[in-house]
Amino acid sequence: MATFGTLSDRLAETFKNLRNKGKLSPADVDGTVREIRRALLDADVAFEVVKAFTTTVRERALGDEVSKALNPAQQVVQIVNEELVEILGGQQRRLEFSKNPPTVIMLAGLQGAGKTTLAGKLAKWLAKDGHTPLLVAADLQRPNAVQQLQVVGEQAGAAVFAPEPGNGVGDPVKVAKQAIKFARDKVYDTVIVDTAGRLGVDADLMKQASNIRKAVDPDEVLFVIDAMIGQDAVATAKAFQEGVDFTGVVLSKLDGDARGGAALSVASVTGRPIMFASTGEGLDDFEPFHPDRMASRILDLGDILSLIEQAQQAFDEEEAMAVAQKIATDSFTLDDFLKQMQQLRKMGSIKGMLGMLPGAKGMREQLENFDEREIVRTEAIIQSMTPQERQLPKLLNGSRRLRIAKGCGMTVTDVNQLVQRFEQASKMMKTVAKGGVPQMPGMGPIPGASYAGKRPAAKKKGSKAGNPAKRAAQNAALASGKPAGSPGAAGSGFGLGGAQGDKAPTPDELASLQKMLGRG
Amino acid sequence: MFAKKTIDETTWDDLEEALIGADFGPDVTEQVVDDLRAKVQRYSTTDPADLKRMLREVLEERLSKLDSTLKLSNRPAVVLMVGVNGVGKTTTIGKFAKFLRNYDRSVVVGAADTFRAAAVEQVATWADRAGARIVRPQQPGQDPASVAYQTVELAMREGIEIVLIDTAGRLQTKSGLMDELGKIKRVVEKQTEIAEVLLVLDATTGQNGLAQAQAFIEHAGVTGLVLTKLDGSARGGFVLAVQEQTGIPIKLVGQGEGIGDLTGFTPHVFVQNLIA
Repeated sequence: MATFGTLSDRLAETFKNLRNKGKLSPADVDGTVREIRRALLDADVAFEVVKAFTTTVRERALGDEVSKALNPAQQVVQIVNEELVEILGGQQRRLEFSKNPPTVIMLAGLQGAGKTTLAGKLAKWLAKDGHTPLLVAADLQRPNAVQQLQVVGEQAGAAVFAPEPGNGVGDPVKVAKQAIKFARDKVYDTVIVDTAGRLGVDADLMKQASNIRKAVDPDEVLFVIDAMIGQDAVATAKAFQEGVDFTGVVLSKLDGDARGGAALSVASVTGRPIMFASTGEGLDDFEPFHPDRMASRILDLGDILSLIEQAQQAFDEEEAMAVAQKIATDSFTLDDFLKQMQQLRKMGSIKGMLGMLPGAKGMREQLENFDEREIVRTEAIIQSMTPQERQLPKLLNGSRRLRIAKGCGMTVTDVNQLVQRFEQASKMMKTVAKGGVPQMPGMGPIPGASYAGKRPAAKKKGSKAGNPAKRAAQNAALASGKPAGSPGAAGSGFGLGGAQGDKAPTPDELASLQKMLGRG
Repeated sequence: MFAKKTIDETTWDDLEEALIGADFGPDVTEQVVDDLRAKVQRYSTTDPADLKRMLREVLEERLSKLDSTLKLSNRPAVVLMVGVNGVGKTTTIGKFAKFLRNYDRSVVVGAADTFRAAAVEQVATWADRAGARIVRPQQPGQDPASVAYQTVELAMREGIEIVLIDTAGRLQTKSGLMDELGKIKRVVEKQTEIAEVLLVLDATTGQNGLAQAQAFIEHAGVTGLVLTKLDGSARGGFVLAVQEQTGIPIKLVGQGEGIGDLTGFTPHVFVQNLIA
């Protein structure tokens, strides 16, 4: 699988030179929507569902106020994610138990979907929860289906009601009916009816399923569908809804790598909740369905979405503007530097954040070397200063530096290094603010440094990345980069930026990171 | 779209919808639509009936590029049946055994799915219905490779002509299980050449079908594809991409749960049913 998912690549390409505007224009949106349409089809979302879905997304994207934190591509992607989660999880609910036991759960679906294995999982799960489940062998068609359920029942520690041998012998409707009576007599509080797999186009078998349903009057009918199913999901779901009707959906074989677009199709077309996810052949491989995880799986964007979320949370527009102002007007102080550091820390563990990016594995070395304690130390030093000292670093003479060092448990050398770095950063930021390329002897490549050089026309801001995460990162990188000639302490400040040559990320990794953080 | 009077823009939208709906996938769909647009322009076609014919021809041509005959001339001819969970491997073995028995070939089935509940019993029922012999594991959970070995050994000892080996369903993402498949193959190859490794694909599968095929080819050296459950509403269009991208031909088609519901693959018939 491509490191960053094809969709991410394509989105980044689509929005190379876009700037923030008041509202997103149709042109801004259509490019992204086309890519998303393609991605959803690749993920096996049904054609009609994709059409309806992208129309909704387009309307929202054009109607919403443009986000100041995100570039247009990211914004559309965020809308897509929200809409996906809404459809996938909007109806979500728990299994409903009857007030008059037994609670009857009927399973239905195509051949090979995983009903019998699910029956075992349900039984085991219910038993663990203190229930007394009874498995009912109402698949009398598929060779040795009865036996399979018996083995599964044994593994799950649940009783199995199998009066008929199956393999073509016996009437499933009768068996189901008898099972309910049996359950009442023997006081089982839940009954799980396993039925034969059947095609949506098989009128006879759909009638049989409907008859089984009428016979047992289930509290839940769970439609089991294989995560790898393609466009047929809609026809099949509709057929089952019309033929038997179901109250909930279970998506199976999610331990595979099928993107699972069928989930969106079924949820969208039937409006039924997807209740569970089957994630393996073992009887414990069963969990409640997570719409947010499914949404990212369908769209295949790694955790770029959580990155966007974090960026929005930490982002304080005014704050950044004020800082930018100060840099432009030559008055960047240690206070501002401290605020930048805190901003960075607010965004959650940087390591964690970077680790979430698809492709982060490639940067593991850099991540490992990155020492967040550097930021904490820097913070501590600055906090040991008086407000006056922070405003006018020139005041920092020997005795003040000694006091500061003592106050935060550092050495004077540490304080000296900080001040040096700050002065360098301050100088650099001014150069950048004026649109030039900063001279950085002894420093490795800095993410975004190339932007500083390539940006056209004078914009009096520090980092100009649209993404605040990136902006803060760039500023921090500039601010905490290693001064010329200092010994190679690994991971100083922002590991990716400050490292000496041998620890620098490859141009490829950098390019990817830049793409990921959005080019604003 | 073919019932309309002329070919217009909506025709192309409809065509796209139909091809996507049949699981051909966005790439193949784009290719086919572009191909037909060019043809329609070149030949100044206006009648949708002609377009229908051209579509059939394009698909048929693309599907006919490979040889779909089964290579069963070895003695014994060993056929390994592989695929993900629930696609119809065991049922296909039953049908195939019956098919061969109809031609009076002697058949032994190896019940090498030693994992799934009652899988051995299931394939034994099919063998019985087909009139084929069966080799079961000697103990539960026995190594599938050893069951395969024992089956081939029996066939060689007693001169049984065809060996059909059932294996457990496995998702291509499970590397341990894919390795196990490689082992089964190697163990049998020590005894004799494997005639066919058939990958069973469910017609309802979407674009993941291609990933399945690629993984199984890598680990098990697939020689032919079986497309099952074509009696449903799914069209199985993804097999075109699989054939083209892997060079592996579709050799069998399953169309029902009955023992007789198996045919060879004929592109013409497949396309006829697709574009009715």
